[in-house]
Amino acid sequence: MKCRPLLLTATALLLAACMVLGGCQNATPLPFRLTNVTGHMPPLEFSLTNDQGKPVSAADYTGKVVVLYFGYTHCPDVCPLTMAHLHVVMQRLGALADGARILFVSVDPGRDTPAVLHAYVNAFDPRAVGLTGKPGDIEALVKRYRSAFTREPASKDGSYEVSHSSAIYVFDRDGKPRVLFTPADSLDDLVHDLHLLLSSGAHS
Amino acid sequence: MKSSFATLSLLTGLLLASALHATAAEHIRASHAWIRVLPGDLPAGAYVTLANDGDQAVALSGASSTAYATVMLHRSSMQGGMSRMTMVDSLAVPAHGKAVLAPAGYHLMLMQPRSPVKPGDTVQLLLKFSDGSTLPASFIARPADALGAGDGSGAGH
Repeated sequence: MKCRPLLLTATALLLAACMVLGGCQNATPLPFRLTNVTGHMPPLEFSLTNDQGKPVSAADYTGKVVVLYFGYTHCPDVCPLTMAHLHVVMQRLGALADGARILFVSVDPGRDTPAVLHAYVNAFDPRAVGLTGKPGDIEALVKRYRSAFTREPASKDGSYEVSHSSAIYVFDRDGKPRVLFTPADSLDDLVHDLHLLLSSGAHS
Repeated sequence: MKSSFATLSLLTGLLLASALHATAAEHIRASHAWIRVLPGDLPAGAYVTLANDGDQAVALSGASSTAYATVMLHRSSMQGGMSRMTMVDSLAVPAHGKAVLAPAGYHLMLMQPRSPVKPGDTVQLLLKFSDGSTLPASFIARPADALGAGDGSGAGH
């Protein structure tokens, strides 16, 4: 009986603290299953061209959970497999997936025009966006996330392959990097972590 | 005299041996044959499972198709977090064993389609083995987001 008012006061104080901080999620970190990179990488930043030919920056995707993947359209095996897997992940998220965007950043801007990218990403998922741009701008984004790519020597017919990092970076609605997915990880865990970010409704 | 007799017997032996030893292609059965079709004239990956019912290992050395200008045997690999693709000379199919060409591993890279290939189409590929023998196989064209051969996969599956 005696401690009741004390408990109420404590609860009220806690609620007030939550309101001040702008969300209780800050107190308990989200229980991610993938490699948690929160606080270990810089926020999303780029200035590229989307698959409609319009200039875009990270700010255009604020409010969306971003799934960032580096690839190229002339890659017949691993890139389309990854995109097909991401489509499965989006399907499994159901209506929540509308709050997410797959950003497919080309590491082969010489061949990947907005038109080529548009047809490519839409063959996989309506929430996928193809991004290309000046080689220097793409390199800046690649370096920002300690990713890498190398253009391999061309064959006689002029065709060439591009070796590239296979990691997928997941950003929250504020453009903060949260988890890293590699091919060794399970799609279930990616669905799980995206679900956390999409359903928490929080911006942090 | 003696040497020509030796040559003759050697030749006879070789002929007998080759008559008993069928070509590589005769021992191979192809299943789960499919192609992931990408938009426009982007290169496509072709996948197939090869089962060898013979007592000898055989080696797939490549393929050709009237539907594509170039077909190359490739392998995707992951090294230090980097995804790369390399050309390979051949892929062994062990005796009484299998070789699987599947996404993120061995695949046939099909380049420059002579006419648009659409999901649902059947594409003929001529698989080539290192002894010179060949095996025609039907590959089913599947959409970009396919994860396998799907139902009723080609090549006598």
